[in-house]
Amino acid sequence: MQKPILVMRGMSKSFHSVKALSDVNLTVHAGQIHAIVGENGAGKSTLMKVLSGVYPHGEYEGEIKFLGQECRFKGISDSEEKGIIIIHQELALVPLLSIAENIFLGNEPARYGVIDWSAAFVKTQALLKKVGLKESPGTLITDLGVGKQQLIEIAKALSKEVKLLILDEPTASLNETDSDALLELLLELKRQGIACILISHKLNEISKVADAITVLRDGTTVASLDCAREPISEDRVIQHMVGREMADRYPKRTPHIGEEVFAVKNWKVHHAVHADRLLIKGVDLHVKRGEIVGIAGLMGAGRTELAMSIFGRTYGQGISGQVFLHGQEIDTSTVQKAIAHGIAYVTEDRKGYGLVLDETIAWNTTLANLEAVSRHGVIDEGHEFGVAEDYRRKLNIRSPDVWARTVNLSGGNQQKVVLSKWLFSNPEVLILDEPTRGIDVGAKYEIYTIIAQLAAEGKCVLMISSEMPELLGMCDRICVLNEGRFVAEFSAAEATQEKIMRSIVTSGVN
Amino acid sequence: MATPSAAAVPTQPERHSGFLKNNLRDYGLLISLVAIMVFFQVMTNGTLFQPLNLTNLILQNSYIIVMALGMLLVIVAGHIDLSVGSVSGFVGAVAAVLMVEYKLHFVPAALICLTLGAVIGAAQGYWVAFFKIPSFIVTLAGMLVFKGLALAVLGGSSVGPFPPEFQLLSTGFIPDPFSGESLRIASLVAGLLMALVLLVVKVRGRADRVRHGMENEPYAFFIVKNLVFAAMIAAFSYLLSTYKGLPNVLIVMLLLMLVYDFVTSRTTIGRRIYALGGNEKAARLSGIKTERLTFYTFINMGVLAALAGLIFAARLNTATPKAGLGFELDVIAACFIGGASASGGVGKVLGAVIGAFIMGVMNNGMSIMGIGIDYQQVIKGLVLLAAVCVDVYNKNK
Repeated sequence: MQKPILVMRGMSKSFHSVKALSDVNLTVHAGQIHAIVGENGAGKSTLMKVLSGVYPHGEYEGEIKFLGQECRFKGISDSEEKGIIIIHQELALVPLLSIAENIFLGNEPARYGVIDWSAAFVKTQALLKKVGLKESPGTLITDLGVGKQQLIEIAKALSKEVKLLILDEPTASLNETDSDALLELLLELKRQGIACILISHKLNEISKVADAITVLRDGTTVASLDCAREPISEDRVIQHMVGREMADRYPKRTPHIGEEVFAVKNWKVHHAVHADRLLIKGVDLHVKRGEIVGIAGLMGAGRTELAMSIFGRTYGQGISGQVFLHGQEIDTSTVQKAIAHGIAYVTEDRKGYGLVLDETIAWNTTLANLEAVSRHGVIDEGHEFGVAEDYRRKLNIRSPDVWARTVNLSGGNQQKVVLSKWLFSNPEVLILDEPTRGIDVGAKYEIYTIIAQLAAEGKCVLMISSEMPELLGMCDRICVLNEGRFVAEFSAAEATQEKIMRSIVTSGVN
Repeated sequence: MATPSAAAVPTQPERHSGFLKNNLRDYGLLISLVAIMVFFQVMTNGTLFQPLNLTNLILQNSYIIVMALGMLLVIVAGHIDLSVGSVSGFVGAVAAVLMVEYKLHFVPAALICLTLGAVIGAAQGYWVAFFKIPSFIVTLAGMLVFKGLALAVLGGSSVGPFPPEFQLLSTGFIPDPFSGESLRIASLVAGLLMALVLLVVKVRGRADRVRHGMENEPYAFFIVKNLVFAAMIAAFSYLLSTYKGLPNVLIVMLLLMLVYDFVTSRTTIGRRIYALGGNEKAARLSGIKTERLTFYTFINMGVLAALAGLIFAARLNTATPKAGLGFELDVIAACFIGGASASGGVGKVLGAVIGAFIMGVMNNGMSIMGIGIDYQQVIKGLVLLAAVCVDVYNKNK
């Protein structure tokens, strides 16, 4: 048995009161590819941020031993110096600089501050050869595809004499050929003795290359599997990933489902920047009165893109398809029209897209429906106050009054303000995008209660979530979106986490 | 977890200090202005508050204040307009050509000029709003273009004088039927009336808010603040009445201030401009037509820059190619001293006006004290920096 290159023991980290990691252990052996799997929010990225020094020593508990030495990184530069290099899902390349410039960015071969470009070019060529690229070192990054950019990142890591390479979802945005090339490269690096931590959702890839698998769930290590000792079935991994009990975490509800109210037919959306990339590939969807329909899928499956493109075409270009309300085709091409037809979209990013943080609860509550509290364009502040106060009580927003600035509220209360805003626009169809992201358990229950209440009032609810238990606990029907297509649909009775996960991880293969 | 009931009933002193902390910026600005005025009153041996000087102070700053009203909206929307000085100079030049060379009556001429301002604002706002070209660049280009056009229109020389009726815009005072020589009674009455109306409006507004249970300003603050404010208005009108009375341009300014204060604080369009600057993405997802709104703020700025150009031309009684030079800096500085945020979404009309007066009083006071134009600029620059530093410090705390 080879000796471990990296040992992380008893890692714990919390944000405010929310525990992101608790007592996580991870051992990576030299010359191995170690896969880390887990649902969104299981703590994978947090663990890697601790390892790479993004969260410096002192902000977490636990011990990191690399090459037998205890490490206390103060920042990324410390961990890079030791040879631990992380490649994030969002690539950190400067698009308008050349390959050579990017590879040696911050690490230029220079004397007295003058860069030796010929040395840089020669070294770059050697590195590019290692990762199997034939591009010239002078090519601009922006002229390369995502797959090649990923390889450039690896070349950049190699230039820093990497000993442990961490890849966060490297193949998420790659097609199959590029993914295969990348995995081949990882195997090649392994032969050269470079250890690798691979974070991925794609189990077929993991079974192809991984020597060991660590499964994280809710911030704890639930399994450490050694692929050399015994063959690991995907089923077993999936079980570990999702296997948590569901107690009374969701309000009880008796659905009263009526006629079909909202429908989307043959919806297609192209990428907002890359016009030739089809993101949503002809999706059909319908929601009945009083029904909660869940949309499951992994990050990058196109869930938010689907929702935002329907809501006033706020995402994407080259959008085609039809939207129906009560059987009538409606125009949702602008946000104003979508709101007028009774559609509301509660964003997944409440700080970036939901709230004007500098302003008060009252101010934010009425923002999407100012007409209702104003006459001839003049706001009736008394009326506005009454409305906001009403929602503050109904949704139990914890603040002494509605004059508190939303920036000072907790995540759960901010989410309730966003919900107030959209409830006040009096919608018939509510699209909730990750309605409980970053919210503590207690507030989650309150949000679930509100959602159940809305359905009981006869509204159509479309709920996007990365947390499968939440979908299983709340929805009457769950559609699984993967790579821009619905790959499966389950009724509440037949849906299980295993079935959903299986439909996702197997759909990519065929 | 804090229970809502415990947080809802703070004790009286807590409430006061909490309110003061949240609104320190508003009071601080007014207190700074008063402190600066008192400082210069002492340093200039009482010259600052002399009726003649006070009148001059208003006349000198009127066009800056008029433009600051528009600039505040532009800045709140998250943009900047560097062209306002050049635009006001250009419009003044066009006004001179129309009235002096073409002998056009001043009313149609002024209307043409204001329309021209709107067109200029629209032309610049178009690129900013719909083509997403940074306003800094668009208006920098505009600054050069209109400076050049002003030169071209005037043919490089000064054009004047204006018809006397037009000059009254800047140099006239409200008429005094009682013809009091030492005390303009009409002006004094108008000023006292204004103070009274202000008090009545404020008291009624407060009563209304109290009725809805939405008042959070402690009663003592409310009374002291508004009595001081009313007393200041009364005192200033008295001082002005002992000279020539209330200048016409002051009335124009006050009316505009009231209108813009109302628009920004009470109307849906004002609310939406703040939302646009505070979080454009959230505003758009809330159904606000962000692009059109940006476009409108630039049109508004163009009209106000044109009005300022007319006021300035009327004051000088001539249009010169140098008119408007550097005005944009004073206007922008006034907004930032007045608490507007460079990243948008924050700023008040009254803040911008007070900011303009702080700059104006400093200009005036330092000139009387005989400080050279060189060090005046240094001091003004440092005051601007200090004001914004205090803002940023308060925000981070």
